[in-house]
Amino acid sequence: MAVISSETIPVTSEPDIVFVRRRVRETAAQIGLSLVDQTKVVTAASELARNTLIYGGGGAMQLESLNGPRLGVRLTFSDNGPGIPDIQLALRDGFTTGSGLGLGLGGTKRLVNEFAIESKVGQGTKIIITRWK
Amino acid sequence: MLLFQATLPDFCNRVEGGFLVQALSTGSVIAEVLAADEDSFLKEWVDDARLLKHNTAMAPEPELRLQCANFLASFRKGVQSGVVGKASDPQWDDLRGLLADVSKSRALQGFTAIEIAAFVFSFKKPLYHRLRQAEKDPLVLASQIWETTELLDSFGLYATELWLDTREAIIRRQQEEMLELSTPVIKLWHNILALPLIGTLDSARTQVVMESLLGAIVETNSRVAILDITGVPTVDTVVAQHLLKTVTAARLMGAECIISGIRPQIAQTIVHLGINLLDITTKATLRDAFALALERTGQSIRSEEAPVN
Ligand SMILES: Nc1ncnc2c1ncn2[C@@H]1O[C@H](COP(=O)(O)OP(=O)(O)OP(=O)(O)O)[C@@H](O)[C@H]1O
Ligand SMILES: [Mg+2]
Repeated sequence: MAVISSETIPVTSEPDIVFVRRRVRETAAQIGLSLVDQTKVVTAASELARNTLIYGGGGAMQLESLNGPRLGVRLTFSDNGPGIPDIQLALRDGFTTGSGLGLGLGGTKRLVNEFAIESKVGQGTKIIITRWK
Repeated sequence: MLLFQATLPDFCNRVEGGFLVQALSTGSVIAEVLAADEDSFLKEWVDDARLLKHNTAMAPEPELRLQCANFLASFRKGVQSGVVGKASDPQWDDLRGLLADVSKSRALQGFTAIEIAAFVFSFKKPLYHRLRQAEKDPLVLASQIWETTELLDSFGLYATELWLDTREAIIRRQQEEMLELSTPVIKLWHNILALPLIGTLDSARTQVVMESLLGAIVETNSRVAILDITGVPTVDTVVAQHLLKTVTAARLMGAECIISGIRPQIAQTIVHLGINLLDITTKATLRDAFALALERTGQSIRSEEAPVN
């Protein structure tokens, strides 16, 4: 598998989230994802970017386009925030420690092909998602 | 010697060949050379500044001349104390104020940051030219020029930063204007409102949308409000939550909301996210939503002419 392109985008403010969505959409369109799949991965990126900002206290997203065997986009969100104590619980629909619907993480998992999450309490959170063509 | 320097700030001291030589401070030297030929200095500077090649949007000459004259006057005032010092020192209050005005007006006129800085830097040439004539000792001259360069460079940076502030203020204002522009509540029919949502529904904007819709419901006594999201590129959980809150608030005020313009890709995404819109009336198009709204308000539209069979 080869990485065709890679860029890192800061996630430290609301306008950053708008920019994240735009870049993900552009990249997804570039590798030829269908409109539905573009919308799915952009929405997933929006969810994770917002979590990174609100719960992670800000962080960054690495945006990669992949080739081999299929084309795809891989997004890696990382922050040095408080971490997630119970990942299973956080993934459960309706669970929120904030004022959201609690659907972001679970929904994201359903919107992408691959979903990996690493989190250490007191150290931060890293979530990697991939959507293949 | 340190004590001497502290009590006599007007003079700088240097040791040369074992002798203590008292020289005029750089500030005083500058004050002197500027006083000697203010008019020709100004003319030389304005001519130089006018020729700056970056200046795509050159200020009109009278304005440039005035800005140069004011700069020169403030600069002379600054060196009056004899101390060049740092740009943040109190003797430069005037000049900083002036630069703030110049940067701001130039930013509004469309000057670039480079042009603003170049304007400040162009002051060096005529000044150094005169310092060279006034000071024969190369070491002293070098230190005078260094001191002045440091000062003028930080004024250049200062002016650039102010330019940036002004540009950012312009962008913020435009964003706010767009915020208001993009949330028109339309009175579509008797008792029916429509709100075509376009673009990013971030929190700030959604707040404005929600308030203007609720205000319009009261004002017009409307019973149905159509929220059309055809122009919203992404519906994530936050956007959905805002929509749900708006619908609930409208309901509390006695109005029913219909959400229209849910495109196929948005519908699929909403389903995957697990957002429950079942309690909300939705229609694929604004046209369908309008037909339903007419029905709900007991109205109908028909053609005057009898249909041709
Ligand atoms: N990067 C993160 N750092 C720390 N905690 C997180 C992070 N991301 C998610 N969480 C925790 O997981 C919970 C669930 O996240 P999820 O995105 O599913 O819901 P939400 O953000 O609360 O609401 P919604 O996304 O529906 O608006 C959050 O409430 C938060 O406690
Ligand atoms: Mg979330």
